[in-house]
Amino acid sequence: MINYWPLIGIALVVLGFALRFNPLLVVAVAAIVTGLLGGMDFVKVLGTLGHGFNENRYVTVIYIVLPVIGLLERYGLQQRARTLIVQMRGATTGRLLILYLGFRQILSAVGLMSVAGQAQTVRPLVAPMALAAAEKQHGELDEDTSERVKAMAAATDNVGLFFGEDIFLAIASILLIQGSLKGFGIELAPLQLSVWAIPTAICAFLIHGARLLWFDRVLARHPRASGGSAQEKNLGSRLRGNDENS
Amino acid sequence: MIDLHWLYVLAGIVFAGFAIGSARDATNKKRFGNTAFWGLVAFSFWFGDFLGDIGNGVLVLVLVAIAGAHLLGKGSKHSTSVEQRKGYSERYGNKLFLPALVIPFTAFVGTLVFNYTPLKNSGLIDPKSVTLVLLGLGVISALVICYAWLKPVPTAPIEEGRRLMDSIGWAAVLPQMLAALGAVFAAAGVGTTIGALAGSIIPEGSIFLAVLLYALGMVVFTMIMGNAFAAFPVMVAAIGVPILIHQDGGNPAVIGAVGMLAGFCGTLMTPMAANFNIVPAALLELKNQYGVIKAQVPTAIPLLIANILILYFGAFR
Repeated sequence: MINYWPLIGIALVVLGFALRFNPLLVVAVAAIVTGLLGGMDFVKVLGTLGHGFNENRYVTVIYIVLPVIGLLERYGLQQRARTLIVQMRGATTGRLLILYLGFRQILSAVGLMSVAGQAQTVRPLVAPMALAAAEKQHGELDEDTSERVKAMAAATDNVGLFFGEDIFLAIASILLIQGSLKGFGIELAPLQLSVWAIPTAICAFLIHGARLLWFDRVLARHPRASGGSAQEKNLGSRLRGNDENS
Repeated sequence: MIDLHWLYVLAGIVFAGFAIGSARDATNKKRFGNTAFWGLVAFSFWFGDFLGDIGNGVLVLVLVAIAGAHLLGKGSKHSTSVEQRKGYSERYGNKLFLPALVIPFTAFVGTLVFNYTPLKNSGLIDPKSVTLVLLGLGVISALVICYAWLKPVPTAPIEEGRRLMDSIGWAAVLPQMLAALGAVFAAAGVGTTIGALAGSIIPEGSIFLAVLLYALGMVVFTMIMGNAFAAFPVMVAAIGVPILIHQDGGNPAVIGAVGMLAGFCGTLMTPMAANFNIVPAALLELKNQYGVIKAQVPTAIPLLIANILILYFGAFR
């Protein structure tokens, strides 16, 4: 007889996130409840949780880049990224992010997943550039629009990573697929699996790329200031925009 | 051999710096909460391997208690004003990009050099964690360049890093917590239960419906676990191998590879994949913590449909 009780842990996670409790608290409670309902005693649950936490420290290592990123921001990195985009003719948010999407997919496909990322590239470079380009198209951005531009920059990084990395032969997910199927007596070479990641990678580029072009049209359709003079005016407001209202 | 543990020592130093910097920040009313939180993270990086499983479990509970009791705050001290930054940005020009690019460049060129020269067999770096180790090296190089060129006050990198770290706050350890939750789920048999559930609702006779259930099962289970890796072995055992490969004669390479990618569509849509979906929202200071997910759903759904079609037509031609 299958024990269905541990599934309550999943319900707790969904409920906790939906009610916007502190997610760390939600996760800890769900872990303990699931473990107890799954027939483990409290000490065993605590040990499993602690072991899992310790084994996955590498996930949190990425924040070592923050001192460098923060220091460069102190010396105007974001402002520089914006200036670069303002000077570039024909730069739009969509085109910029499509270019980034392509780069991210190709780099991931050759195994260079950690080269770019939310902390390394999106926060210091891609997001400010996308904002600057959006201001060129749209005029000064209201809060909703700038949120959407920033969210789109983060989303583009994720799509590029997820749907590029599986083309690389030696990545964990390919090895996991190979290992899982081997357990059933099905032997596959990594190359057989990674070629089948290519059609999806192309679809991801086309679908997300089309959305980015559409996003450009949405931005351009409702310009809040008109014509070329807006650009001059916006340079000042943009540089104030990010921090000064806080 | 340089492996992840060296990187953990470096990460411990950075987080210890954040902890000390927090304690000295009088503009943050909850500064000692921050000190305790980042201090414990530093402690975990340095001594986690000596604490034992129960010790680590207690450490996790203390971190959760600090976050759950809202004891983390933010300082209001600003580093440089926007006007100053504008001035610096004009003074230093595009060269400002160079230190930022040193990190990816070191990781990129370093990985290539390591993999295609005799270095690979020299035992200098653990081949499993090459890119991460080189990322650490890149951070150190970039810091050295910044100190030499920009001549900031010595504590500036830690203070600036802390400013960003505080804006992420407790969300910083959420991905690691979710990985730990995955371990508990696995030990409690959640995967087996879901697999049995999914296996029991498979309709007879329709290959397309079986493909649909397999892909949707991957998506839903990935959204619950926050990770396609946890979902994959379960769905393959429940539907992939017995139904799609053995019963219907599908191509195993397609069913494996594209099944996983269908799961990745789920990763785009769940707050459980915190490092991709929640942390960036904090990092970019979005008002809506689900803003990144909202931006991803319209890509994830058509892409899922594409994956289902690739599965169906690719595996059963």
